[in-house]
Amino acid sequence: MRRRVVVTGAGVLTPVGNDVTKMWEAVCQGKSGVGPITKFDPTYHDTKIAGEIKNFDPLAHVNKKELRRLDDFIIYTLAAADMLMAETGFVASGELAERTGVIIGSAIGGVASIEEEKETLMNHGPGKISPFAIPAILGNLAAGQVSIRYNLKGPIECPAMACAAGAYGIGRAFHAIAYGYADAMVAGGVDAAVTPLSVAAFNAMRALSRRNEEPEKASRPFDQGRDGFVIAEGCGLVLLEELNQALNRGAKIYAEIVGFASTSDAYHMAAPPPGHEGAARCMREALADAGVGPDEVDYINAHGTSTPLNDLYELQAIKSVFGDHAPRLAISSTKSVMGHLLGGAGGVEAVITVKAICEDFVPPTINLDSPDPEVGDLDLVRNRGVKRDVRVAMSNSFGFGGANAVLVFKKYQD
Amino acid sequence: MTLEEKVIDIIVEQLGVSREQCVLEASFIEDLGADSLDIVELIMEMEENFGIQIADEELEQIRTIKDVIDFLRSKGVK
Repeated sequence: MRRRVVVTGAGVLTPVGNDVTKMWEAVCQGKSGVGPITKFDPTYHDTKIAGEIKNFDPLAHVNKKELRRLDDFIIYTLAAADMLMAETGFVASGELAERTGVIIGSAIGGVASIEEEKETLMNHGPGKISPFAIPAILGNLAAGQVSIRYNLKGPIECPAMACAAGAYGIGRAFHAIAYGYADAMVAGGVDAAVTPLSVAAFNAMRALSRRNEEPEKASRPFDQGRDGFVIAEGCGLVLLEELNQALNRGAKIYAEIVGFASTSDAYHMAAPPPGHEGAARCMREALADAGVGPDEVDYINAHGTSTPLNDLYELQAIKSVFGDHAPRLAISSTKSVMGHLLGGAGGVEAVITVKAICEDFVPPTINLDSPDPEVGDLDLVRNRGVKRDVRVAMSNSFGFGGANAVLVFKKYQD
Repeated sequence: MTLEEKVIDIIVEQLGVSREQCVLEASFIEDLGADSLDIVELIMEMEENFGIQIADEELEQIRTIKDVIDFLRSKGVK
């Protein structure tokens, strides 16, 4: 017997707001968080723009010792977890601690720490490497540090699933509760990869936008002028609880999570295939997992990266899954506003999808000035958010390696 | 600044403890809440500051603040 699972809280740190309320406001108003890179000197990089975290005081979440030792991706995660726990009042004590787990995905973990330690190695030799280098680099230490801080002793994982990592985190956590392996889970994704190596490496793949002179217009999913994604950083987490556990605790329930599926393209290390069959299959399987028909879906938070191939093939996949219903649902890419948080994207976008359900409001796809011909009669919520009933919503996340993850959420009803 | 003051400055900064906790007899692990990795990092900082090398075997002998100061003196640090 599968158990019902609900979303009872969220915590985010994003380029457009350092908490859920501010992030949601910016996303709904379409206020871009993309700007010139300040975290390093990008003079020699082709791309000089990113969605960076701004006005964030790490010392509100970690002490000086931790600040020195932890990679940003872990600090961002602790900040999001602090907000989540403060908001929900969730305390894992006694037996509940052992029934509460953490799954936080990341694409590239502590890449900044790898770069820094490599410099130390080259300049000062192996004897000067920090004893805290490894725990700053390992991707699973985001989940690990949260589990330590909040005494969460249940299942723990770090799906290293590239740009779909956050969605995998939430999906896996959902199934862990649904099938009885846990009663509550902190889940989501994070990355802090606005670094010299990471930007250079994505540039080498020709994956990033080079619209350096117009940062706020660089992330333009589904627009004919799109020229790559805008790298961004941040974390998005949710608290998932088994329905009765949430009710007994008197928790505020934001939405029910009802479906998750993952599929593989088995096609190419980075590019999706024309028609993106793997993504289409993933959407179908997630709907089947949710037990809802395609015509019940009101909103899709698209993967919509602003790369030429993803956006074209994602639209084709959506059309193939939703058929006649496709033009009747709202589709938007909130990456247009904040850029692409890599592993953090699936986490933050799940939060946005849940907010869309709670508020019956769909945030816009901004910078959509001349839609790709493939858009046709689809409603991409062009440039302005809209008030509309959102009962069932889907969040798409696709990653390099051909990894697809789709989440389905539903308005909560007894 | 005396050697003792310099050493305590480094400990306060590295371990995030208060100056009052840093009595000479204070044990890094029991009194200052350090773990084995904290001690490695602390010793690396001492090496850097005082221009000396501390072998792993010597590291094992260091338990308290006084041990560090005695050790540094034995290496000719003033």
